[in-house]
Amino acid sequence: MLNYNINSEVLIKFKAMKLKLLIVAILIITSCKHAHKTATKSIDIASKEAGKTISSKDIKLEVYDYNGFKKFLNKKDGKVYIINFWATWCVPCVKELPYFEKINEQYSNKNVEVVLVSLDFPHLYESKLKPFIKKKNLKSKVIALDDADMNSWIPKVNKDWSGAIPATIIYKNDDSKFFEGSFTYEALETEVKHFLN
Amino acid sequence: MKKGVKIISVAFIVLFISAFTMYNTAPIGEGYKIGDIAEDFSLENIDGNMVSLSDYKDAKGFIVTFTCNTCPYAVMYEDRINDLNKKYASKGFPVIAIMPNNTDVKPGDNMEAMKARAKSKGFTFPYLLDKGQKVYPKFGATKTPHIFLLQKTAKGHVVKYIGAIDDNYKSASAVKTKYVENAVDALLEGKEIKKTETKAIGCSIKV
Repeated sequence: MLNYNINSEVLIKFKAMKLKLLIVAILIITSCKHAHKTATKSIDIASKEAGKTISSKDIKLEVYDYNGFKKFLNKKDGKVYIINFWATWCVPCVKELPYFEKINEQYSNKNVEVVLVSLDFPHLYESKLKPFIKKKNLKSKVIALDDADMNSWIPKVNKDWSGAIPATIIYKNDDSKFFEGSFTYEALETEVKHFLN
Repeated sequence: MKKGVKIISVAFIVLFISAFTMYNTAPIGEGYKIGDIAEDFSLENIDGNMVSLSDYKDAKGFIVTFTCNTCPYAVMYEDRINDLNKKYASKGFPVIAIMPNNTDVKPGDNMEAMKARAKSKGFTFPYLLDKGQKVYPKFGATKTPHIFLLQKTAKGHVVKYIGAIDDNYKSASAVKTKYVENAVDALLEGKEIKKTETKAIGCSIKV
């Protein structure tokens, strides 16, 4: 679950109150400049469960908790999905990103899609993650997973995952393979080809 | 015949590549499991002395913590690791921190940097360098921070808990379950540990 503060939990439990809170938040913004930061945060949390877009400048970032995110692991549309868990602070992750980008580009017409799942810290989305996406000109879909209760969701991603990143899942319908560790481009391509044959 | 050679060379290339992948991939299922006996070690501390578990004659066990300077998750837990030692060292369960990274890859984790960090954060526990990276693979540590709670018994140091410190890396005040504290408390009270293994995101150990 989300653990920002008590307010966030209340928000989730009473989804129906979202709209009301949003209005309140807007009122706070307009009435009091000082409260601006808190109000923005509430809106972010409210939109998070639904995985709505938080837009800032020209980079849009979808942020999910695990419940919102799990749909990315369970698509059964015959496409090969490569789900890579990474973060800007993770050196081996950043090193292998170009390989995922290359696969995404070269295999896009072969029904292969890469999703880069950032585990960056939420307070660094604006200052670190978004500038990174822009600077590296990432073309693959980048989403952010923000769910602090990691012990509850890491085993659901894969029972063998210790929690170290980089980690990658490649799957097609019910056929899935999990990797904890770094890829070379050749190794990644070999695995993708297994799923295409 | 020519085709046979081709197949063999392709097989070799595949083997070659997968060997490299395996090399980079943390071995799954290796290292200590709950109930295993942990081997003692002798590693250099930031004060220049060598530290072993057997040095602690009066200890009832140890909170062995694989951590480092450079991993943001480890940094977020520094104060909480310090608090664990302050709370449990006197009760017989001191923290023993081990820095497992290859310092050629991560100079920010070398002995000088470890000394500086320990000083600035006021670490009250030994902060040991796993020089040669021989100790962390025995434990099966894969990331920082990664905790192994040991209990001293007649048979040796039994692994009682493996995993995270608590369930919220972001903020100590938002924590609902303190996994390590609950486990140590259970040992102190002679009770069964309810949660013996937990998972958390961490930085892979740099080889």
